[in-house]
Amino acid sequence: MFEICADPRSLEGLTWLSCYLTTPKHSAMYFSILTVLGMLLAVVPPILMLGFAGALARRSKIAPIRWFGLGYTSIVRGVPDIVFFLFFPIALDQAVEYIRHKIKCSDVLEPIYQGNDFVVCQAAKMPLGTSDQFYHEAWGFSLAVITFAIVFGAFTANTLHGALNAVPKGQLETARAFGMSERQTFWRVHMPQMWVYALPGLSNLWMILIKATPLLFLLGVKDIVYWAKELGSMKTQVYAYAHPDWRVWYFLALLVFYLFLTWISQRVFDRIFARASRGMAVAT
Amino acid sequence: MKKLLLAAAVSALATGAAWADTVRMGTEGAYPPYNFINDKGEVDGFERELGDEICKRAELDCTWVTNEWDSIIPNLVSGNYDTIIAGMSVTAERDEVIDFTNEYIPPSPSGYVGLADGSVDVMKGIIAAQTNTIQAGHVAASGATLVEFATPDETIAAVKNGEADAVLADKDFLAPIVAESGGMLAFVSDDVAIGGGVAMGMRESDGELKAKMNAAIDSMKADGTLNTMLAKWFEENAPQW
Repeated sequence: MFEICADPRSLEGLTWLSCYLTTPKHSAMYFSILTVLGMLLAVVPPILMLGFAGALARRSKIAPIRWFGLGYTSIVRGVPDIVFFLFFPIALDQAVEYIRHKIKCSDVLEPIYQGNDFVVCQAAKMPLGTSDQFYHEAWGFSLAVITFAIVFGAFTANTLHGALNAVPKGQLETARAFGMSERQTFWRVHMPQMWVYALPGLSNLWMILIKATPLLFLLGVKDIVYWAKELGSMKTQVYAYAHPDWRVWYFLALLVFYLFLTWISQRVFDRIFARASRGMAVAT
Repeated sequence: MKKLLLAAAVSALATGAAWADTVRMGTEGAYPPYNFINDKGEVDGFERELGDEICKRAELDCTWVTNEWDSIIPNLVSGNYDTIIAGMSVTAERDEVIDFTNEYIPPSPSGYVGLADGSVDVMKGIIAAQTNTIQAGHVAASGATLVEFATPDETIAAVKNGEADAVLADKDFLAPIVAESGGMLAFVSDDVAIGGGVAMGMRESDGELKAKMNAAIDSMKADGTLNTMLAKWFEENAPQW
């Protein structure tokens, strides 16, 4: 990075530390903060969409849709996260490559499953073997977002389903008595009141989502916890910046980072809750 | 952003050339001096230098990716990268699932490392080893209590904090750690010879690529460059070809 850092072994004290903390490897860790925050933001819209879809499906008057909603929320909530995260992305990745293979390489006769090997033609690889590392990372990131959305969508669906049921029936009957249609009742009375009941559950889910981001590493995305472990572990003279086991300091930094993130989140949720409960008879 | 990501992950050597020839080299990046991530955030070590030379001789474009040790074989067979070059010893169990190239490191001893001031019975004590390694298999069979860890670094930490009496790993990995521990750690038992040499893992369906790699490895053995590399990265009395 800087001129003075050219020969790390000759440095001492603060100069050494400032050079150490600005190595490209450390930049990768700082950048992974953005990866984590970006993931959190990218995953919220699909989670809410899946949550609403699941909750509405469970309230549907059509039985198969209701069963589908119930099946989705029950199965995904019942499977341990780590199993889901190990299995689903590989299955999704292989499914995409399988379909691309069938379309792009229909002339290849060799089977895709050869013993232990999963072999698709080069053109069907996702992303292509020649693609820049950036696309490989982006693809892994997308798989992660989809997986997180499906898992947390199921929990959100359950929370929203419960919240929709918690709105007092009298409110809806009154709305109908005023001559509102089903649609109007839902959007003007049911939904706005539902939030007060849903928010505590949703804020829980958000906190759990923040803490679940280290699962990203299982999906091949190098997150901040991975880098803290990697950078903090003991470094012998083979490395330019040798140091003993410093994981405790890196983990302390992680602690501060995650506490800060949850603290900010809680303040935001408090505000949203105050807004959602305007005019509602809640005991605050 | 793109630039940063690149620097962060792995160095992409690949430029232009025919795309079918881009070979993705999979390694662990946590086992110095075999392979590790240096302070530039790039894969470095004996296997980086070796792999680059092999690719040069085989006229392949290679790009480096890292993957954790635990899932390094499943990700090879599902096609996320094309080779495993991660200090992996040839064993019969692994050979059933994947293929190996010719060996590039001769069979080399493993060693037990414990606290210098303690006494350890390596046949009865609590021994740390990395999961899915030949060393872990050896400890389990030896009658000692095996504690497994996902990364090599954690096995050393376990000995330092007293969780395990000793760690069993490749001597080439342990020697620099012992030398730099300031007298805290020491080899506590005789060396043990386990497993075959180290080779690159390949998909069984990739015979053509394997032949190219073999030719390159053989030519490096023949002209002595492999021995020079072994001498550069490993301790003095490490076995040579």
